[in-house]
Amino acid sequence: MKTAVDPDSPGFATNRDSMLERVADLAAQHAQALAGGGERYVQRHRERGKLTARERIELLIDPDSAFLELSSLAGWGQGQTVGASVVTGIGVVEGVECMIVANDPTVKGGATNAFTIRKTQRAAQIAAENRLPSINLVESAGADLPNQKDIFIPGGRGFRDITRSSADRRPVVSLVFGNSTAGGAYVPGMSDYIVMVKERAKVFLGGPPLVKMATGEESDDESLGGAEMHSRISGLSDYLAQDEQDAIRLGRQIIRRLNWRKRGPAAVADYAEPALDPEELLGIVPTDLKIPFDPREVIARLVDGSEFDEFKPLYGSSLVTGFAQLHGRPIGILANAQGVLFSEEAQKGTQFIQLANQIDTPLLFLHNTTGYMVGAEYEQGGIIKHGAQMINAVSNSTVPHLSVVMGASYGAGHYGMSGRAYDPRFMFSWVNAKSSVMGPQQLAGVISIVARGAAEAKGQPYDEEADAQMRAMIEEQIEKESLSYFTSGLVYDDGVIDPRDTRTILGICLSVIANNEIKGTDGYGVFRL
Amino acid sequence: MIRSVLVANRGEIARRVFRTCRDLGIRTVAVHSDADAAAPFVREADVAVHLPGNSAAETYLRGDLVLAAAKSVGADAIHPGYGFLSENAEFARSVIDAGLTWIGPSPESIEAMGSKIRAKELMAAADVPILEVDPATATARDFPLLVKASAGGGGRGMRVVEKPADLDRELAVARSEAESAFGDGTVFVEPYLPTARHVEVQVMADTHGTIWILGDRDCSIQRRHQKVVEEAPAPNLSDATREALHTAARNAAKAVDYVGAGTVEFLVASVPGQERDSDLEQRPFFLEMNTRLQVEHPVTEQVFGVDLVAAQITVAEGGELGEAPSGPVGHSVEVRLYAEDAADDWSPQTGLLRTFEVPDGVRSDSAVESGSVVSHFYDPMIAKVVAYGADRRTAIRKLDDALRRTRLHGLVTNRDLLRAVLVDDAFVAGEVHTGLLPERIDTWTAPALTDDQVERLVLAGALAQARLASTTARVQGRIPTAFRSVTSQPRVRRFLVGDDEVAVSYTGSIRGLASDIAEVVSAEPDRVVLAVDGVSETYDVTTGPDWVDVDGPHGSLDLVPVPTFVDPADVVAEGSLLAPMPASVTSVAVEAGQKVAKGDTIVVLEAMKMQHTIAAPADGVVTELAATAGQQVESGAVLAVIETEEQS
Repeated sequence: MKTAVDPDSPGFATNRDSMLERVADLAAQHAQALAGGGERYVQRHRERGKLTARERIELLIDPDSAFLELSSLAGWGQGQTVGASVVTGIGVVEGVECMIVANDPTVKGGATNAFTIRKTQRAAQIAAENRLPSINLVESAGADLPNQKDIFIPGGRGFRDITRSSADRRPVVSLVFGNSTAGGAYVPGMSDYIVMVKERAKVFLGGPPLVKMATGEESDDESLGGAEMHSRISGLSDYLAQDEQDAIRLGRQIIRRLNWRKRGPAAVADYAEPALDPEELLGIVPTDLKIPFDPREVIARLVDGSEFDEFKPLYGSSLVTGFAQLHGRPIGILANAQGVLFSEEAQKGTQFIQLANQIDTPLLFLHNTTGYMVGAEYEQGGIIKHGAQMINAVSNSTVPHLSVVMGASYGAGHYGMSGRAYDPRFMFSWVNAKSSVMGPQQLAGVISIVARGAAEAKGQPYDEEADAQMRAMIEEQIEKESLSYFTSGLVYDDGVIDPRDTRTILGICLSVIANNEIKGTDGYGVFRL
Repeated sequence: MIRSVLVANRGEIARRVFRTCRDLGIRTVAVHSDADAAAPFVREADVAVHLPGNSAAETYLRGDLVLAAAKSVGADAIHPGYGFLSENAEFARSVIDAGLTWIGPSPESIEAMGSKIRAKELMAAADVPILEVDPATATARDFPLLVKASAGGGGRGMRVVEKPADLDRELAVARSEAESAFGDGTVFVEPYLPTARHVEVQVMADTHGTIWILGDRDCSIQRRHQKVVEEAPAPNLSDATREALHTAARNAAKAVDYVGAGTVEFLVASVPGQERDSDLEQRPFFLEMNTRLQVEHPVTEQVFGVDLVAAQITVAEGGELGEAPSGPVGHSVEVRLYAEDAADDWSPQTGLLRTFEVPDGVRSDSAVESGSVVSHFYDPMIAKVVAYGADRRTAIRKLDDALRRTRLHGLVTNRDLLRAVLVDDAFVAGEVHTGLLPERIDTWTAPALTDDQVERLVLAGALAQARLASTTARVQGRIPTAFRSVTSQPRVRRFLVGDDEVAVSYTGSIRGLASDIAEVVSAEPDRVVLAVDGVSETYDVTTGPDWVDVDGPHGSLDLVPVPTFVDPADVVAEGSLLAPMPASVTSVAVEAGQKVAKGDTIVVLEAMKMQHTIAAPADGVVTELAATAGQQVESGAVLAVIETEEQS
């Protein structure tokens, strides 16, 4: 592919500076998650001779393999500790891609809140869809009791997910490092393999005070739920670990013998890195979402050898479609070009999704859309029918979807581009991305027009000053709530990423996806033609 | 005419002789022990005959077996190399009696020079200056004295006597030692000259009366009378001294009707700048004559442009040497690379030599190659590295640089010590003497690398290992090494460098690996380029399951990765006594369950012809006894477990 990007142009420098600022800010947001429960609690945890959740993960995964952390910002902007007291991600253990879920005991003892549930259930969904074994690094105080209303009923699904995983031949391994009591005891309890750390693991339904209250029996932690007891007497524990390192060693040993075979196709071994420098992505994409950019410049910096075979290049030019290879694996790409999707673009996208399903090729959606076109001409031209076709194709497509929000993702465009509700296997947002029903200014403007109309209908004078204030307020609120941090905080994507990391992250995702068979659909909903 | 030569030797000298044989179209026969079955010299020979056993006494010293081997394969001639049977007149005679050609001097010459006392008498008669003190008339002024066993050699059977009062006792001890070691209790006494120079003259003589004097060599850098660095010509000798040396050597050769290659060794009393006694200055004294090819013959070959082995064969065939080659031209320096730990009392090192690659541009006469195993049965010399230059400075500089660039891993060697010698001011100035090495030993065995240099070598090893791990992974092999979508902490790798644990940390991203220690320019599984203050340094790395070998611009390191996980079942019980080296168990002094006191002998091991006593570290009870007499044990094997009272 040829490039029109001039790294020496002033626009490039402006974009790059602005994007770098946001990347630095992302690091600051991530730092909140990395801080866990804060210095004091982390220190106390260490003083007990314990490793932090991320240290456990670092030990568990193969040396110098990659770790794709997921939902790092869960709880952001929701009055919760960023990260939601759990670390989830995909790591390679003994050559097997595993879903790793590690409680962060420095945050309220690793207690579960509503966002913990969203995050762990998203992890379970990813493990299920991509057929991954799971490893739980357990040390949790259980439910955050004052907030039980948000947890108790939906939280039960977590135990169901574990045994369904087991039934689906995706083994679940639990390494118990500390507390895992009451409902939490079912996390190891439902697992296929359980390792407990000597003198540390504590797994019981009711602790000594509760037992005393219930039956009057005098007991202690060890006799109720110690690692030795469970390994020698109850049989709940399969392996008795001497210490944390030993537990992780045993966890790796278990995975080594899973006889794991990926069901999807293998990648080609020999492929070229992009000919164009991914570093330049920073200067290509304007942080001002109103300025369009050519997504081919992005694609050229994501795909192997910068080779992109564009499909239907002369038709529906606002949506770029085509085939390429990414980290040795075939991929079909749909990328928004001019923001708006017209009928032609919707039809082109529908056709392309069908083509990818016909040949079992995963799809990558690169979002930068303000939605489907409005206006009499377009309504009369059948824009709803055509948008519906695309949503039909996206909804029923069974090849894996990857979604990356490069800029705006507004309105039904978000749906047509396989937004979160359409279950892409993975979805990431760039630091500059925004997702909402429409742009903040448009949304405020729409509300203003509606309000003005209502006032006029009632024959009341319209308070222009109040209108300006209201518009500013709504704009600000929508602006904030459509930010990638915010949507990521609600676990509406799998993470906010540095644009330069996109190729690598997608490469990991494609490798992970290949743990399951990749097969396109034969059937769609009725296409309204 | 010789068509087939059996070399009654092993290692580098066997290979050296084979090389010339090959050049001359002569077929080659090796003999070898069990341990040498896979050695390069065995493979390089046309045919090889196995001598069962390992010790020299069972194999390379068994003249009868060697002769039988020669007959069985129809060899015409036997070359004895150096050491082993090379100065055994009886063997030489048996070779000749068997109708084979002996590539060496006559048995009579060997015998004449074999007894040091007789040799001195002969030399005195031939006007060769000798250095001898009659113990009966020695005065306090003659001390210190050196008592030597007549049948000894190579530093064995020597005792220094500091004062007259000790002389009688030391003579008695020396006689009894010589009796038991060599079967001959004859000893003689010389003045002890700790700062004298060791200078020797190469002689080559044919059966037609031609004697070549092929210049001189200085071999003063010695540790415990073992030569370490040798050069030709000897530096800083006055013309008169050199002339005196050459004349004396010629007289020595004539006195015994010498035929073949031989070396007349002298002490040249005192050295420039360190005069001990003016009337001794630069005066050579006869030490002994070695009736064989010397280890250090390559330096003479280089400055005279001759092949001494070829000349030996010519002479053995009855040929004429012809006109003496002119020389010396230029300068040649040789170092002996030993698998030994200079910093640990020269303890010999045994085991797998993973990598041994000497760069081009120097001569390497080696016993080993990458993958060779150095056994504890024989001399730990693994190679001689020899550099030639138009002048002494160039030769020294080339040799130091070649040693620096030599890839050598798996065993501790004296390489750093040799390099320290080659950059030493006194050595470079040619102000050498036999006491220089002991005098400088602390400086020369000081760590050769700074902490920063060590850290960069370790980092290079860690990064190469990281790249290897990620690029050979079963999945995600092309994903950037140690990539983190959210970086929480650096990656850490730990290694043992000798006995010290060194940890280095780094991070991975799409821009590659990075570290605080140095800028990472590039990192591949076998090569890492680091930059410090804009200066880039290339490191070559070889990685195995439990070792990482790194060669950098400043030096090399053998790293042992510290395992991340330890299976508790593999942890050695407290109080375990481990074998410090591969050895055979000579005896077991205790029984299981026995009470022992601190210092009690538990097991006696034998390795490298040395006995090692493994004693109880504290009072306690032998709870486990793994060793049995006669057993071969590997380094680190548990011999016994002693439970101390505190533990029980």
